[in-house]
Amino acid sequence: MNTESYLDSIRRGLRGAMESDERVYLIGEDLLDPYGGAFKVSKGLSTEFPKRVLTTPISESAITGLATGMAIRGLRPVVEIMFGDFLTLCTDQLVNSATKFPLMYRDKVRVPLVLRTPMGGGRGYGPTHSQSIEKMFLGVPGLTVVSPSLAHDPGTLLKRTILESERPVLWVEYKSLYPKQLLNGGDELRIWQVEGEDGYPLAVVENFSGSDPDVVVIAYGGASVPLFESMRRLIPEEIRVRGLLPSRLDTRTKTPWWFSEITGREPIIVAEHGTRGFTWGSEIAAELNLTFFGRLVAPVRRLADADNVVPAGRGLEREVLLNEEQLIKAIVESIT
Amino acid sequence: MILIRYVEQSLLRLYAQGLMGGTVHTCIGQEGCAVGVVSAIDRQRDMLFSNHRGHGHYLAYCGDIHGLIAEIMGLPIGVCGGMGGSQHIQRENFYTNGIQGAGVPIAVGMGLAERFKGTGAVSLAFLGDGTFGEGAVYEAMNLAALWSAPTLFVVEHNGYAQSTPSSLQHAGDLSRRAEPFGIPVTRTEGADVIAVFEVANRLLGQIRAGKGPRLLFLDTHRFAPHSKGDDFRDREELERINRECDPIQRLAAQIGADTYEQVRKAAEIEVDIVLQELGVQ
Ligand SMILES: Cc1ncc(C[n+]2csc(CCOP(=O)(O)OP(=O)(O)O)c2C)c(N)n1
Ligand SMILES: [Mg+2]
Repeated sequence: MNTESYLDSIRRGLRGAMESDERVYLIGEDLLDPYGGAFKVSKGLSTEFPKRVLTTPISESAITGLATGMAIRGLRPVVEIMFGDFLTLCTDQLVNSATKFPLMYRDKVRVPLVLRTPMGGGRGYGPTHSQSIEKMFLGVPGLTVVSPSLAHDPGTLLKRTILESERPVLWVEYKSLYPKQLLNGGDELRIWQVEGEDGYPLAVVENFSGSDPDVVVIAYGGASVPLFESMRRLIPEEIRVRGLLPSRLDTRTKTPWWFSEITGREPIIVAEHGTRGFTWGSEIAAELNLTFFGRLVAPVRRLADADNVVPAGRGLEREVLLNEEQLIKAIVESIT
Repeated sequence: MILIRYVEQSLLRLYAQGLMGGTVHTCIGQEGCAVGVVSAIDRQRDMLFSNHRGHGHYLAYCGDIHGLIAEIMGLPIGVCGGMGGSQHIQRENFYTNGIQGAGVPIAVGMGLAERFKGTGAVSLAFLGDGTFGEGAVYEAMNLAALWSAPTLFVVEHNGYAQSTPSSLQHAGDLSRRAEPFGIPVTRTEGADVIAVFEVANRLLGQIRAGKGPRLLFLDTHRFAPHSKGDDFRDREELERINRECDPIQRLAAQIGADTYEQVRKAAEIEVDIVLQELGVQ
C-alpha cells in the first residue's frame, strides 16, 4: 500500500525525470542542498545531479524566459517558482512567449517547459504568499494547467509530464498537500482512477459502496483536503458523496472528457480554492449546464474561497478559505 | 543593405496603398547594424532573437524577401503562414517576438542550452535603446554574466522609442548599463557596416572562446517613422542624419560607384520580381 506523502511523491517524480533524461534541468531560487528549495521539494537533487540543478537569482521573469529559450533548443527545463503568488512575474513570458511560439512560428517549435509552483493557503503566510491564482492562467491558448490532488499519483504524473509534454505546462502543487499522505484506499474512502484521452486521469472517490451517490462534488488540488474530510464526516450520517477530481484543469477546447462520469441525476457541487467568481468552477458549471440541460435535478452549486485577501492569522485565514464545514453544509442543503 | 532598403520602402508603399495592415517597423537607416552583425554569425548554428524592428535582421539572415512580404501581407504563403505578421517571424535559427525585452532572457536560455549540449553556438539578442526600460533585460544580463552564457547582446541605439526621445526615458548612460554585470561593451557606429562586421566578428570569437557574454552598442539612426505613422522629429535634424549617416551611402563610397550601381540594380530587380509574384507591383 502506498504511504507516500504528496511532497515525497513529487520529489520522486522530479528525480525520476532527471534520472531518465539528461535534458531535464531544474531551475529556481534556493534549490541547492542542503536547503533544497523553500518547500524542500528539490532536496537531494542538486547533490545527485549537480550540473542540472541551477539555483537562480530572484528573477522570475528571466528564469521563465531563460527556460523558454532552453526548451526551444531541445532541453526539458523544469522551473520552480517559490510561491504561486509570484507567477504574476512570469506572466509575460508564459502568455506572450512560451505559449505563443508553438502556435505562431513557422517551424513547429516545441516548448517543453514545466513551471511548477506551490499554491494556496492554510499555513499562515499571509496575503501575498497564500493565494490560489491559477485561475488567471486558465484560458491561455496552448497552456496546459495541471493540479493533482491527494487522490492522484502526482509523482508519476509529474515525471510523465516532464518527459513527454511538448508545450508549456503550469503545474500547481497545493502546499497544504505537501505533508499529507496520498489517499490509497486504505481507509473508509474508496478510490479509483479513470484514464482519459489526454493522459491526465480523473480520480473518483466515494464514501459508500454498492449504490448511487446522493451528491456529486467536483474539485481539484488543495480542495481535496476539505472534500475528503467532509466525506469522512458524512459517513455516519449515511450521506453518500462521490468526489470527482480531475488532475488537468484547462478545458478550453471542448467539454471535459470526464463528464462521462456524470449523469446529472444527483445534485452537483463544484468546490475549489481561489477567490470566488470567474473561476475554474464557473467554467465547469457553465459546461455542465450546456451538456446536461434539462437533465440536472438542481442548479450546479459553486463553492470557493471568500472574495478577499488571505489573512496571515490562523483564525482569520480559516474564515476566508474553503473548508469542510462549508462543504458539509452545502452537501446537506443540496439533498434536503 | 540595399535589398533591405528596397524591401522596406516597398512595404511602406504597400501599406499606404492599403495592401497590408498592422504595424510595419522599418529599419531604414539602420541596415548597417543588421547586415554587419548578421554577416558575422555562423547561420548553421548561431541563433538570433530579433525584435519588433526585425525585417533587416531577417533578410540579412536568410534573404527570404518573398516569405517576409507575404507574411506582412497576411498571406498563407508567408513565412509564418500569415500568423505572425511583421513582428513575429521565425525560420530555422531566427526568432522574433513583439514584446519589448522578453526575447533577451530567452536568447540567454537558448545560448545556455547550446552550451550545455556542447554545440559551440552563440545566441544573439537584438534590442533597442528604449527597451532598456524593461526589467527583464537586466535580469537576463545578470544571469548571462553569472552563468557565462554564450550570448551577444546587440543594442541598436537610435535615440528614440516610438515617439519618445531617450532623454525623456533613461537616466544615466545606456552604453554603461552592462558593465557593472561584468559584460564588456564595445561601442561602434552602426552606419559603418564593415566596422560593425569586424567588431561583431571579434566579439563572437571571444564568446566562442568561452569568455562569456558581450554587448555591442551600435549608434544608429532611424530615418523613417517608428512604424508607418506619424513622425514629429525635427525635419532639419532628419535631413542632416539622412545626409551624413546613411550606411548605404557610406558603403557606396567604400566600394566605388560602379560596383554600387551593379548591386543596386540587382537588388531592385530582385525585389520587383517578388512584388510581381505577389501581384502587388
Ligand atoms: C512590453 C512592450 N511595451 C511596449 C511596446 C510598444 N512598443 C513597440 S516598439 C516600442 C519602442 C521601442 O523602442 P526601442 O527599444 O528604442 O527600439 P526602436 O523602435 O527604436 O528600434 C514600443 C514602446 C511593446 N511592443 N512591448
Ligand atoms: Mg530606439
